[in-house]
Amino acid sequence: MAAINITNVSKIYAGGVEAVKSVSIDIADGEFIVLGGPSGCGKSTLLRMVAGLEAISQGTVEIGDRVINDVEPAERDIAMVFQNYALYPHMTVYNNLAYGLKNRGTPKAEIDARVAEAARMLEIEQYLTRKPRALSGGQRQRVAMGRAIVRKPAAFLFDEPLSNLDAKLRVTMRGEIKQLQKRLGTTSLYVTHDQLEAMTLADRLVVLNGGRIEQIGRPLDVYHTPASTFVASFIGSPAMNLLRATREGGRLHFGSQVLESDRLSALPTELTIGIRAEDLRVARAGEQSLAMKVDYIEELGAQRLVHGRLDGKKLTAALSPEIELSDTIALTIAPSRLHFFDVTTGKRLAKALDGLGGRREVASTLEAAIG
Amino acid sequence: MTHAPSLSPTSPAPASATGFFRRFRSTPAEPASAKRVQFSSPFLPYLFLAPQMAIIFIFFYCPSVQAIRSSFYLEDPFGFGSSFVGLANYTDVLKSTEYLGIARFTAVFTALVTFFSLSIGLLLAVKADGVIRGNAAYKTLLIWVYAIAPPVAGLMGMMMFDQHIGPLVKFAGLFGWEMKVGLNYNDTAFAMIVVSVWKQIPYNFIFFLSGLQGIPVSVREAALMDCRSGFRRFRTVILPLLAPTAFFLLIINTTYALFDTFGVIDVMVKDKAANNPITLVYKVYMDGFRGNDLGGSSAQSVILMIIVFVLTIFQFRFIERRVHYN
Repeated sequence: MAAINITNVSKIYAGGVEAVKSVSIDIADGEFIVLGGPSGCGKSTLLRMVAGLEAISQGTVEIGDRVINDVEPAERDIAMVFQNYALYPHMTVYNNLAYGLKNRGTPKAEIDARVAEAARMLEIEQYLTRKPRALSGGQRQRVAMGRAIVRKPAAFLFDEPLSNLDAKLRVTMRGEIKQLQKRLGTTSLYVTHDQLEAMTLADRLVVLNGGRIEQIGRPLDVYHTPASTFVASFIGSPAMNLLRATREGGRLHFGSQVLESDRLSALPTELTIGIRAEDLRVARAGEQSLAMKVDYIEELGAQRLVHGRLDGKKLTAALSPEIELSDTIALTIAPSRLHFFDVTTGKRLAKALDGLGGRREVASTLEAAIG
Repeated sequence: MTHAPSLSPTSPAPASATGFFRRFRSTPAEPASAKRVQFSSPFLPYLFLAPQMAIIFIFFYCPSVQAIRSSFYLEDPFGFGSSFVGLANYTDVLKSTEYLGIARFTAVFTALVTFFSLSIGLLLAVKADGVIRGNAAYKTLLIWVYAIAPPVAGLMGMMMFDQHIGPLVKFAGLFGWEMKVGLNYNDTAFAMIVVSVWKQIPYNFIFFLSGLQGIPVSVREAALMDCRSGFRRFRTVILPLLAPTAFFLLIINTTYALFDTFGVIDVMVKDKAANNPITLVYKVYMDGFRGNDLGGSSAQSVILMIIVFVLTIFQFRFIERRVHYN
């Protein structure tokens, strides 16, 4: 178990393509960090640099007190779980688990004990003599986890470990990974493009965009105070509604629709407004409201997602299923629930946000990220 | 002998050479992975098989039966009839010290050619594989080697050993080795083995290379994190995963060394003194077509057939057992 310090790490490929741009993350001992972002954002490259499968072009990676830039992958004291499991097809489950230990000269009795313990923990005891091809996807995933666990490494690296599983199994395995990591207390770095996995697993969440860190923070902080429109649209399902608006005094114009508040005066006249679907509610009589034309409805059971248009622009609202719907609904939102972003940079307008007050806890990391 | 097309109607075109052997396996394939094709008529699969069976029948079974039959007869060289002699042809052959000497040389020759063509092919493939991951242009250039026709490659090899212009003969001369291919038994044997190995290397190289490229990158990476020593990784992960390819090539190379080296041997010893090394298949040709001893020649080819049969059964029973098909 150890802390991992990633300092100004860059990956520059031959030909000058920069996949990771001066990324710094300090991971505390035992922390579960999720690297999230769309494909091509550099999250896997970053993980592979920590693993030693890609050379580090610039910067340093420390595991514990040791700079591991030039250390062989097998010597880094890390274990990795791959997306397609990467089990050794010609070895039994037992040998898959034992292989890394054997190569390190671990005594046979110790190997047996560790494999047995991991197998019990993952409930794969009855499969130890089988070959991977005789296992289901979920079982293979457990074996891959077991291979990481038996090594008792300083850190676990996960490279989208659940994306080959079906939806139901993914939810189960997600819970198990979280539980296991809490129990073992092993520092973990987890890569995913799935925002739900990112939210549910992370102690802290790192959102990457184009090789740069867009935001680091606890999942709920990232959710409630996204640092940019990019993070706002990546975290949360349905994605946050982002609408262009113009401000005139205390009035926000969404095309022909208008929202009024006395707290808007510090904002620029052109801005992007972020609205979480669940922050919208049906307006009571006499309240100011935005009229949404309903296009279609998705029933989620506990919620109902109403997709429609606000002055021609797409808008999604998460409403209670009890509410009766018509072709046009009058929606309203508390002004304190609005998110404001710069039109050109997409960055969160933090100062204006403070002026509005009423936001839930703003992480100090976020403040730092925004500057 | 080399590219036997898949006969099984249920196996959709095998992606690799190993698919060819899969149908011989005694253990049934994984039910989940087995693809079943449903035919509307039960006779349809046999109809599809018919052309292939016809070819095998005409070019293998008919001559085999003919050979077995004539191995029991003493044929008149000019076609004026034949007389039944029972097993005399066989006992003659097996009692001949010359024949046993040739059999011994054939065994050594086959073992050496198979071993060196496989190991050099594997070595080159491993080295190439390290370089060409992801480099399509380089890969294409390497695969071009395969496009050189084997006879051309064989001819080039033999020119290397030419008594007058062969660079290898001149090179050996530098070390005081007066190489006399076609005159000196050992020199001829050496040249035969070198040219035969040389001819077969590109073939093995291509198969090993494609086998190596078929090993998933993530499995190699997992091994990289589990095992520090590159050689140990190769021995414990890469080689076992290459086993299906290696087994296929073992069969092919054994058959190659036994039969397909005929051309090389023919060019090297043709019309030369009888004291040259030859293999069993060349002896069959010599006795049958030069010596006009059709009965003895037939008996020899039947013996050869039995040897190959036993060898193949041995390989499948005892070596394939260690092969892991993924």
